[in-house]
Amino acid sequence: MEDLSFHYGRTRAVDNLSLTLSSGCFWGLLGPNGCGKSTLLDLMARCKTPQAGIIKYRGRDIRDYGSKVIAREIALVPQDFHVNFPFTVEEILLMGRHPYIPRFASPSSDDLQVVDQVMEVLKIAKFRHNYITELSGGEKQRVIFARALAQDTPVVLLDEATSNMDIRHTLDILDIVAGDVETGGKTVIAALHNLNLAATYCDKLVFMKSGRVVSQGDRDQVLTEEILYEVFGIESRVYFDEYVGSRQVAFRRRRP
Amino acid sequence: MWIRKEKRAAPETGRACLILLGGMLVLVIIMATGMGYMRISAGDVIRIIFYGLSGNHGLIAGINKVFPYVVWDVRLPRVLTAAVVGTGLSLAGVVFQGILLNPLADPYTLGISAGAAFGASIALLLDIGSLGIYSVPLFAFAGAVATLFAVMALSTSGGTISSNNLILSGIIVAAILSAGISFIKYVADEQVSIIIFWLMGSFGSKTWVDVFITFSFVFIGFIICIFFARDLNIMSLGDRSASSLGINPNRTRITLLVTASMITAVCVSVSGIIGFVGLIIPHLMRFIVGSDSRGLVPASALAGAILLLSADTVTRALLPAEIPIGVLTALIGGPFFCYIFKKRQTAVQSG
Repeated sequence: MEDLSFHYGRTRAVDNLSLTLSSGCFWGLLGPNGCGKSTLLDLMARCKTPQAGIIKYRGRDIRDYGSKVIAREIALVPQDFHVNFPFTVEEILLMGRHPYIPRFASPSSDDLQVVDQVMEVLKIAKFRHNYITELSGGEKQRVIFARALAQDTPVVLLDEATSNMDIRHTLDILDIVAGDVETGGKTVIAALHNLNLAATYCDKLVFMKSGRVVSQGDRDQVLTEEILYEVFGIESRVYFDEYVGSRQVAFRRRRP
Repeated sequence: MWIRKEKRAAPETGRACLILLGGMLVLVIIMATGMGYMRISAGDVIRIIFYGLSGNHGLIAGINKVFPYVVWDVRLPRVLTAAVVGTGLSLAGVVFQGILLNPLADPYTLGISAGAAFGASIALLLDIGSLGIYSVPLFAFAGAVATLFAVMALSTSGGTISSNNLILSGIIVAAILSAGISFIKYVADEQVSIIIFWLMGSFGSKTWVDVFITFSFVFIGFIICIFFARDLNIMSLGDRSASSLGINPNRTRITLLVTASMITAVCVSVSGIIGFVGLIIPHLMRFIVGSDSRGLVPASALAGAILLLSADTVTRALLPAEIPIGVLTALIGGPFFCYIFKKRQTAVQSG
């Protein structure tokens, strides 16, 4: 990514940002609300076109890829998981196979197999024939996440994909993607709000503020008290936690 | 074919449903053609239709000599126009609901019908004949598209379209346009009766030309809808998921909205404003065949034809005096709209 810029009207959401994200890592994208995390993910997923700068994917400008080709490379799990119409869970997952199925063709046995596997892994097979409109918020979000897994891409972008899940499902999902990174060589780029979950799962972190990158690199190098103060304006203590096996962040009440 | 093959649980339900609807449509067409001031039995109708197609006089031996004229020149054009308009309005409803992610959207509630009517009224007022028989449909189309963009612009805030704003904007714009139509009626001297007669919505005195014009446009629209059916499904996941799946949401939206407006415009221009068909049919069909547009589009197309043709036949042949079809559909559809609206509100509260 080089000199990337994107504006909403006159607000600069992403401002002259340059970043190189290595593949095969679990990247955490951290920063305060409105710092441009979602916009950056949208630019990477080609949901938005940058006004300036280029994004390269495997050495080639992302705009040179066909739209279905890129859809087989990069999947985006959005924050918003609202679906207005009563599709069944299975139908939603099969939509994730869209880039693999030619127009007017029906899904191949491969497609159905992938969908079955994803449902198995995410433990949503029991909802298979339920309508998505009947599920709870956390369940819907799991289905939307499953939809992206069914897309079966080497790169997965998560935009607060676990915001509505309870802690068990959050850990389930992060375990699954972290496992895919370690054993399957996937690249995951996740915008997260929970610093401790980011510290637990991500190998690499990017801190953003006002559309710019403040700091990036290995978790243990960039997750520091100084950087957290710079990015979020908060006091905190960063320490190594033996139970977690990584750095963690602790906060305290600012007024007694 | 492409019809709901994906649903492994019940792969045949969708197709069986379509065959059933198709059969019902044929049946309703034959029954409707037979009903009216002169009753013609179903068998005779079938023989007359085959006579018309084949020219074999042997088929109509023993049938009242007036009947073939009644069937071919009076009833069939009306019956087929009603069926095609029903198809068109339902298709437009499916598309508007799917693209705007709003189960309450239909050409009528969005003001698109009023826009088309306004455009057509202008064409009738100015008596524009330079474009021949296409002048009214073209003006109706221009009115429909202009209204669509006006309504969308009104309901957009911060780059996103809110579902509820959309209906509100549709009602506001429709109110302004109705006033505009009243004004046109006021200033129109000789044309006023034509405009009023046309606005009431009627399938009376339709000709084969009407049938062909409507059919060809609705058919093109149908093909486009089927072509984009899967994209329409995926659009319901939201723009970000859709474009991450390799779909250009803006292009799909514009293509389908313009298509739906075209269908609405051509329907309005032959039949006047007929409300709520595009709202009821997609809802009922979603219950039966599911939300997958590949099944929903053809099922709604067939069911729309059946519903509107039946409604038209009721006003024509069963009621003592013919009431405008637009009035009848509004009387049935209005309460239905209230029901969906209420049900949706409770769903939002409990979810």
